[in-house]
Formats: sequence, C-alpha cells, structure tokens
Amino acid sequence: MSPHAGIPSLKPLASNRFDERKHVLDLDDFTPGEIQLVLDNALAMQEVMGRSVRKVPALRGKTIVTLFHEPSTRTRASFEQAGKILSADVINISDSASSAKKGESLYNTALSIQAMQADIIVVRHPHSGSTNFLARHLNSSIINAGDGYHAHPSQALLDLYTIQSHFGDIKNRKVVIVGDILYSRVARSNLWGLTKMGARVTLCAPPTLMPPDFINGFSKDHPFKSVSVTHNLSEAIKDADVVMALRLQAERQSKGRLPSLREYSRLYGINREILSLANKKVIVMHPGPMNENVEINTEIAHGPHSVIQEQVKNGVAVRMALLYAVAAANRGGK
Amino acid sequence: MKDRLLIKGARVICPANGIDKKIDVLVDAGEIKDTGVNIGASDGAISINATGLVLAPGLIDLHCHLREPGFEYKETVRSGTAAAVKGGFTTICAMPNTNPVADNATAIQSLMDKAKGQPARVLPIGAATKNSAGKELTEMADMVDAGAIGFSDDGNPISSDILMRHALEYSSALGVPIIDHCEVSSLFTNGQINEGWIASRLGLQGIPAAAEEQMVNRNIALAKLTGGWVHLAHVSTKGSVDSIRRAKKLGVRITAEATPHHLTLTEEAVLHRPGSSGIYKPLSEDAYNTMSKVNPPLRTQEDVDALVEGLADGIIDIIATDHAPHAYTEKLCPMQEAAFGISNLETAFASALSLVHNKKLNLPRLIESMASSPARLLQTSNKKIGQITKGFSADLTLFDMNTGWTVDTNQFVSKGKNSPLHGQKLKGKVILTIYKGQVVYSELNKDLLYT
Repeated sequence: MSPHAGIPSLKPLASNRFDERKHVLDLDDFTPGEIQLVLDNALAMQEVMGRSVRKVPALRGKTIVTLFHEPSTRTRASFEQAGKILSADVINISDSASSAKKGESLYNTALSIQAMQADIIVVRHPHSGSTNFLARHLNSSIINAGDGYHAHPSQALLDLYTIQSHFGDIKNRKVVIVGDILYSRVARSNLWGLTKMGARVTLCAPPTLMPPDFINGFSKDHPFKSVSVTHNLSEAIKDADVVMALRLQAERQSKGRLPSLREYSRLYGINREILSLANKKVIVMHPGPMNENVEINTEIAHGPHSVIQEQVKNGVAVRMALLYAVAAANRGGK
Repeated sequence: MKDRLLIKGARVICPANGIDKKIDVLVDAGEIKDTGVNIGASDGAISINATGLVLAPGLIDLHCHLREPGFEYKETVRSGTAAAVKGGFTTICAMPNTNPVADNATAIQSLMDKAKGQPARVLPIGAATKNSAGKELTEMADMVDAGAIGFSDDGNPISSDILMRHALEYSSALGVPIIDHCEVSSLFTNGQINEGWIASRLGLQGIPAAAEEQMVNRNIALAKLTGGWVHLAHVSTKGSVDSIRRAKKLGVRITAEATPHHLTLTEEAVLHRPGSSGIYKPLSEDAYNTMSKVNPPLRTQEDVDALVEGLADGIIDIIATDHAPHAYTEKLCPMQEAAFGISNLETAFASALSLVHNKKLNLPRLIESMASSPARLLQTSNKKIGQITKGFSADLTLFDMNTGWTVDTNQFVSKGKNSPLHGQKLKGKVILTIYKGQVVYSELNKDLLYT
C-alpha cells in the first residue's frame, strides 16, 4: 500500500494511535482525536467519490466480508460500496443465505469466514454484544454495523460528519435526540460520540421509551453528565442546532409502551410547528428507515432542513475512512 | 480397614451443638463414634493428622441441578456428586427440572436409585405442579414417601396465586417446604442482567429487583395466610432481605437461601473480570461475559451488602449453590443466546469463605449456613446429618482456611465449566471429604480414598 493509496489528502493514522486500532465496536473507546481523524479522512474520501473514476487502490488485495444477520438497506450497501471504491474484495453474506438458517451458531459461522482469510468482517446482528463476542474470539478485524440495541458506531460517525460539515464544528452545538432511546443503538453510539466531541446533547422521549436509569438524568461522575433528559419536546428543541429523530417501531404500541402512534406523533413527532422553536439553521437527521408522519412529518423529512439524504451519502465516505484505518492498522499484523 | 478413621488435632466446628474447639473425632462404620480431647489410637483406625485444619460437618446444598435424566451432556448424577465432594459437600438436593420433569414418585425413586453408590448423598426435590406447568398439584405425598424433601417448579415460578396457596396448604401436612424461585416474569421482557446502567449501556434488557420482591412479598402473604412453609430460593435483592426480616419478626414460617455468587459478585461481573472496576470506562474485551449470566441476575453492591448482613443475622438461613452446569457452547455466544447459570459446587465454599476472610461473617456462622441449618431444613427426612455428634452419619469436611488457589474451570470434575471465577484466586481449600465414614475426596494421601 502506498503512503497515500491514491488519496493525497489523507492524514496519517499514527498521529492518533489509530494504527493500533483493530476493531470498531462502539465509540466508547474512541478519543476525540481519533473521531476527528475519521471525520477528516472522510472528507478526503469525499474527494475520491467526486472523481469521474471512483476507484483507488488503497485496499487492493484485502478481503472484506459483510455478515448481516438482520435486514439492512443503507448500511450494508454503504460498506460494500466503500470497500469497492477502495478496491477491496467484498463478499456479502446475509442471514437468509447463510448457514444460520440451518441452525449454525454465530461462532461457527464466524470461524468459517475467518478461515477464508477475511481481513475485516463487517457485522450486523440482532443481539447486543455479538460483535464484542466475535472480536474476542476471532483474529479478523470486526467492524460493528449495528448490534441489537447496543451500538452502531459507523452511523454515529456519519452523523458527526454531517453535523460538522454543516456547522464547521461540533463543540457546543445543541443536539436533540428524539424518540425510542430505549431500543436505539444509534442513540447509544451518538451519546458517546457527541459527548466526546463536546456537543450539548438533550434526550427527549416518553418515559416508557427511555432507559430506566436515564430518566432522572446523569450523576456528576457519569460520562453523560453533560446530557439533559426531558419528556417535553418543545422544551428540548429550543435553540437546537440539530434534531435527530429515531425510528419508532409499531410494536411499541402493542407491547404497552405507547397508547397510540397518533399520540406519540402529537407529542414527539417532528413537524413544522415544533421545528419553529429550534435554531433557524437547524438540521434534521434520521438514521432511517423512516416512518413518515409518525416520528417525522413528510414535509420535514423532505424539506429544506432535512439532511437525511446527505447522511446516506456521507455514510459511504465515513465507512471508507473506517475501512482504510482498520485495514492499515492491520498492515503489519497476522 | 478404611472403616475406622481418627482425625486428630483439627479445629472442630459444629454449630448445632455449639462446638468450636480442638478435639479429635473418631469415625467407625460410617458413623461418628466419639469426639473428645486426645482420643487414643484405637484398633485398626487410620490416624489423620489434621493439625492446623478445620473440621466441619459435611456441607449440605439445598439447591443444585444434576440434569439427569434429559440433559446428561451438561451433568450427570455421577459427575455432579464428584463435583460436590470436591467442593466439600456430602449432601446435595437436586432440582426437578430434568426431562422428563421429576413430578412423580417413580422419577424420585429413579433418582434415589441412581444416587446409590455415588460419593455423596442426593436428596430429590419434586416438582410442585405436574410437568412444572403451574396448573395442577403433583402427588406430593407419594413423592415424600419415595424420598422427596421439598417441592419446587424451580425456574418456573408458581405464578398462579391460588395454586401456590393450595401447594402450601397441601405440603404443610407433609412437613416439607415449597421452594419458590421468586420472579414475576411478566414484569419484564427478555431480561438478561440486572436492570440499570450496565444493562442500558450494553443494550440488554434488564430484570428489575421489583420482579423478585413482588413475588417474595406474595409468598410471605401466602405463608401467613396458610401457615404453610415457603422456602425462598436464591434471593438477590436488598428489598427481599428487608421483607424477609419483617416477615420473620411477625413469626411467618419462611426460610431463605442466598448463593455464593449473589453474596460475593455484583452486576459488574458481566462487564469485566471480578477485581477490575469501572462501569463508565470503555468496554473491556471481557464485556458481555456470559459466564456471569445467571437468574436471578447479579445485582448491585448495595444488594450484596444487604444479603451478607442478612446472612450474618440469620435472616437469610442458608447458603445454597444453585449449581447450574451447562455445556461450553451454551455460553459461547452473544449474551442473549446464552444459558443462565453458574457451575458452582467446586468453588462455592471457597467463595463463601471470602466473607470470613473479609470479616463480614464468622466461621461458625458460615458452617452453620452451609451444614447445620440446611440439615435443620431437611429434618423431616430423618437423616442424622449436619452434626459432628456421636451416632450421626460420618459426613465430614476437612479444610484449610488459608491455602490460596486459582480457579481453573478446565480442572472442574463437573461437566459444567461455566464459571465467572475462572482465573480468580480464592483462599481456602477442601482437603478431605468423608461421606458415611469413607474418604470420598482427598488432597492428602490418595491411599485414603475409598474406591
């Protein structure tokens, strides 16, 4: 691999110890410097994506396996495209096509993938901690593409990138995360990432969709001590720079956590009226897939404040930066 | 020739009759023959120099899982009893959650038959309801006649209030307890570990303390109503201890057990190895430790402190292991897929001894909670066990308080290697276990072993 692998503006990884990072499981173990490096290198990757020939040899000869045990449109395609632009060989394995259907354990499936000499395995799995489990038992690098309700670090990084690209910075920006915090891996990874980058975060949800220990706020020794928690959206959204709406699953109603999607939407849906309380330049984000007119109104989702399509586009560049970093970190390794 | 043993010079602790002194113990024909200072070498007796060691009644475990029949890949009566004596236990009570469920006299008799010739005594617990389905009572009298010492639906709490009422009424005529796993499982969905920050950050669904406390309180109310005897299995929360304390003050017929893990470990054990700390740090590579997944879940330090205090006070009557062996692959998976339970028989006593080393419990109380008190709860079975008294079964555990050792689950004789203590240092080791006068486990001269 040449020093810049065809991408002249990449920053050296060693400056932030990224050259020692083997796995990306969550952002809880990232330093602010490491996060910034990913964002900076994602910018360099954007340049590649703007070329007429979108191909650089950075990961030529590397094998990336995407192992998806849960449905996904954006994330899997995004990792695949990122890997292909960097010239890696990308193999996709999805649940319906894997031996999991025949009752094979995750451990045995993963061992087989490792035996194919996968350098990086990008994993999505419905059970929290499954990527930590694989990282503990395999030699390949693991990138978490979403595990249960635990973490979705590449999503949080692309959210950070999107915020930075709009405001020039993240520090002191007011970010409101609205919705099903309890079951959201996106919210959890964003909490780590945003607090590390100095954003002012407010969580807003009905008490039934908030982790029980979050409801009364965070103590002084807690890593989320700067985070506010409220059940009142008009209070939360005041002067917000960023509003991040989370997907609400219909089964929250049948399981007794909500009386109706209608009332949820009335109290927590992002619409024009509520958005008027935010900063005039507010951006509205959503990790997808959306339930339009439940957590977000159609006119907002596709309106001038929405950056939802940008998030998807930025996702490819951010994942290129992540794949590049992890592959480079393993350069001298086994 | 191995029928007569003279154990000399040990500190003998027998809480049932208040003994805690250096005396000799003579064993003959399976019974305690004599105790006293300087018993002379009698004909043909093998003399064991136990100076510096402690001799206690053989430990008794009121709650373990032997998995046979149905789950022999996890444990068998043979491997389970071998693990028991290695851990200092001479009597263990087996839960009925086998396949088929031990819910009739034939199944109880079958277990009794299998236990014959094994190195430890196995006493069966029968199911309280048919197939542990919570619908109809089992033939409890038949099972008591066949050897059952209590009734439980184990992991399936008896959720029907009226059936629990009748189970208590019916069993009261037989003098045996209904042993209830206290958990209102409708209070949570898919719970994996204790509810709280650790569950929240790991993205795991929690099991709240209230799920246990609600059923502890119901059971107290029903024991009061019926006069029946409820034994609360493995209580884990401060709220439960508080409720039991109040109930006992009112004279309600209720007894309770706590496990070595709930007395010594907190929920942090799912984040990292015991000994490390920090619940806010980046996850270590030991995070999501399935070996620490157990039901009820490991709780907070406040709960641990309340349990230890309750044990010292006698509010918690006994320590029971809830020995729950599983195949390795049943723990080699993400947390949500992992089986609940800890293989406990071989570490339980040394774990519990840490409470004595940390001065939270005195040694006689520990021995009481692991031998004399369990024996008292088994009194209807008319076994002469749990005492170092002339005429009692010569079930004895000789141990060294201070020998340090490192837990290596690969060395477990139990088929279940599932323990969060792997690699941990424990202090205190069983040196010799004697069951019915025979040496069934020995760290001393192997010639002593009965084969």
